[in-house]
Amino acid sequence: MKQQEVLFQYLLRLGDTNLILGHRLSELCGHGPVLEEDIALTNIALDLIGQSRILLSYAAKAEGQGRTEDDLAYLRDVGQFRNLLLAEVPNGDFAVTICRLFLYSAYTCELLTLLCDSKDEYLAGYAAKALKEATYHLRHSTNWMVRLGDGTAESHHRLQTALNRLWMYIPELFDGDAIDVQLQETGIAPDPNVLKEKWNTRVNAVLAEATLNRPPDQWMGKGGRDGIHTEHLGFILAELQYLQRAYPGNQW
Amino acid sequence: MSNKKNWPLWEIFIRSRQGLHHKHVGSLHAPDAEMAINNARDVYTRRQEGISIWVVESTAITASAPEDGAALYDPANDKVYRHPTFYDLPDEVGHM
Repeated sequence: MKQQEVLFQYLLRLGDTNLILGHRLSELCGHGPVLEEDIALTNIALDLIGQSRILLSYAAKAEGQGRTEDDLAYLRDVGQFRNLLLAEVPNGDFAVTICRLFLYSAYTCELLTLLCDSKDEYLAGYAAKALKEATYHLRHSTNWMVRLGDGTAESHHRLQTALNRLWMYIPELFDGDAIDVQLQETGIAPDPNVLKEKWNTRVNAVLAEATLNRPPDQWMGKGGRDGIHTEHLGFILAELQYLQRAYPGNQW
Repeated sequence: MSNKKNWPLWEIFIRSRQGLHHKHVGSLHAPDAEMAINNARDVYTRRQEGISIWVVESTAITASAPEDGAALYDPANDKVYRHPTFYDLPDEVGHM
């Protein structure tokens, strides 16, 4: 693949994951367990959607076909989305919502730290900005992981159940393919194995503090980054893209 | 209602800029002080209102009673000399 095409695919993977997870969290607007957490989670949703805009704009530019960030977000179908499956899992109970946010924020914090040294200046600039937001997402979710995990018998049980359920989507985060290899060789993206090692160190420390058991590695749910998704993504897009599908080109 | 089911209330103080004092901005619920800081950050600083946060559990605050108002505050009414407005300041001092 040509370098621009590879970069386009890589940016879609990052941008789509943030867009879908941002949408998932936005579903909690007005439905948070308490007012303070409602605001916290929707603030985070807005951060993720803002990050997604930067990435998808850059992706559209890398593609060079005259598409815009809006075209990419609103006018692609399920098979063209490149997000990690972890992002499309339903929010479930608060334990699942927080556990997913923690596992993903631990990943983005390490990824963005490494991307700050990317040879791609735009990507490095994006990483420096997004890292500040991701650091807070990690702080917020880590605080909850420790309190729920090391909390009551009920909260511990729920969080361990959530962790076990989400674990099958973790290997995809570090499953390097030809795109990762090519970008790694050109110094644009980090080595997934380095990322995995850093993520493990960080996550293991929090799991220990939260008195949670790290689930054993198991069957890996993957495919999102190649356009093969769970049944959930279609429903997300139906809501996310409704307006542009029903009223093409509409603005307000 | 029992305390087991409800998070305590926290009073939130925000410093808007370096050099200014922390100012009471409102209150919120949180399970502990660290989470109260997080919640205050999300509820009260999302429009760049501050650079520092204090949280104090509401029960730690002792307030004066409204019915003591007459004894506490009225005696100051006729003591204007307590305001430092009877001095002539030299012009070069500027604003004090």
